[in-house]
Amino acid sequence: MTHPIDGAAVPAVQLNGVSVAYGLTGGGRYEAVQPVDVQVADGEFVAVLGPTGCGKSTLLNIAAGLMPPSSGESLIFGQRLQGLNTQAGYLFQQDALMPWKTARDNVAIGLEVRGTGRREALAATDRILARVGLASFGDRYPHQLSGGQKKRVALAQVLVREPKILLMDEPFGPLDAQTRLIMSELLLDLWQADRKAVMFVTHDLDEAIALSDRVLVMSAGPRASIIGDFPIPLARPRDIAEVRSEPEFHRLHAAIWNTLRDEVRKTYGLSISAKEARA
Amino acid sequence: MSRAKLLFLQVMVAVVVLVFWHVFSTVPLGTGSDGKPYFLLPQFFFSTPLKVIERVFLMFWEGTVYKHLMITLTEAVLAFVIGATAGVLIGFWFARKPLVAAVFDPYVKMMNALPRVVLAPIFALWFGLGIWSKVWLGVTLVFFIVFFNVYQGVREVSPVVLSNARMLGMNERQLLRHVYWPAALSWVFSSLHTSVGFAVVGAVVGEYLGSSAGLGYLIHQAEGVFDVTGVFAGMVILMIFVMVIDFCVTLIEKPLLVWRPTETRTVQ
Repeated sequence: MTHPIDGAAVPAVQLNGVSVAYGLTGGGRYEAVQPVDVQVADGEFVAVLGPTGCGKSTLLNIAAGLMPPSSGESLIFGQRLQGLNTQAGYLFQQDALMPWKTARDNVAIGLEVRGTGRREALAATDRILARVGLASFGDRYPHQLSGGQKKRVALAQVLVREPKILLMDEPFGPLDAQTRLIMSELLLDLWQADRKAVMFVTHDLDEAIALSDRVLVMSAGPRASIIGDFPIPLARPRDIAEVRSEPEFHRLHAAIWNTLRDEVRKTYGLSISAKEARA
Repeated sequence: MSRAKLLFLQVMVAVVVLVFWHVFSTVPLGTGSDGKPYFLLPQFFFSTPLKVIERVFLMFWEGTVYKHLMITLTEAVLAFVIGATAGVLIGFWFARKPLVAAVFDPYVKMMNALPRVVLAPIFALWFGLGIWSKVWLGVTLVFFIVFFNVYQGVREVSPVVLSNARMLGMNERQLLRHVYWPAALSWVFSSLHTSVGFAVVGAVVGEYLGSSAGLGYLIHQAEGVFDVTGVFAGMVILMIFVMVIDFCVTLIEKPLLVWRPTETRTVQ
């Protein structure tokens, strides 16, 4: 296993000078993201934090190969990414389960499509469903599951394929506060067992600090860029509930919020001078 | 409302209508200006419910109706199978090939705008007075319903579900089988009642306009000789026929659509 601070190792994800621009209907360009560099080492948990609409999910889609960058390149374990990133699992913010398949079939299909036999796929599925606490829910269809349960199935769906990289797009965003906490705990437990590289997009500062090794802060769009890179030296394994009461957590929170605050303000059209006036 | 109460009220509606029909077609309201008794629903035009029931019973008892039922059923089933198959295939093709869809779009709209009844005479000319002219009339009705539903279903697959399936390693063929196909099928099943109904409509209308057998033919024959009892008897049999088919469709679709969200009821 590669240690996150092992400088010699090839990064799992490396975005070099990646920018994003959209053509607008009726001409013109919308420069969403300025050229940015992002590195996620193997085994490292990186949170990408930014105000709503700053283009952080776009970066994730580029790392997944779901969309091409306007300029720059993405390297996955040193290989230039062309087409879909087959080494990555992607946990979507929205409901992405196939509604016509049971929870078990939704998970097993990820193995079956690459040629694993049905029986073997189901055995692996049942193991992973048990790990996410859904052992007895395998035969339910997505509409028969709660929001949190659906997220667990989606997590199992991604993990059963044992991807080397996990890409997560505000995965717990739509859930209520308690469920989010439980899901974060579950995610950390699973991650702790076989540390994969994780790129975790969120707008929740607490969540970002509690989960990750490093927090990247993005500025508000248009022409978003990365304006902060904060290592999170909190000890692992972490207890999500307890880590929030540590003094170090509060120090980090204050430091990152200081960088983030003005960007959040910008997205709501509030002037920066409000802060200056108060200071 | 309890099931029994609902059933009671439903039966009451039928009873009221039948009693109304019976009374006003058999009890004179007075004497007309010509000295004859005056009926609100003269039997010559409206028959009476008892006569109609007697005729329906006789038709089944003597077995004359079975041949016609089988013909209409055969036509409707063939129309449905051919129309649905063509609708699924072409709907899929159009949805996956936007260029094809764009080129044919105005023609599809034109064909669908045409009231299909006007095709019946020309189909009779092309395919004869046998079952095939009715089958093709039904096909033109069923095809468009299934076609539009499949087209819609394939194009409206959630982009997130699609991206997820791609990230799970599905190739184009697997996407077709595990994502597009089930999505399209769910739309086909949701329109199953309508398309099956239209298959029957195609068959009966075709028979009505020119044939030598079938329920539509029976009704048309009765009309030709002012046999109003026969017309009503044919309509009753047609209603029973459609309801039985509709019930069969419900039985078929239930296990196929278990994954669909339904209203959840609390149990006590």
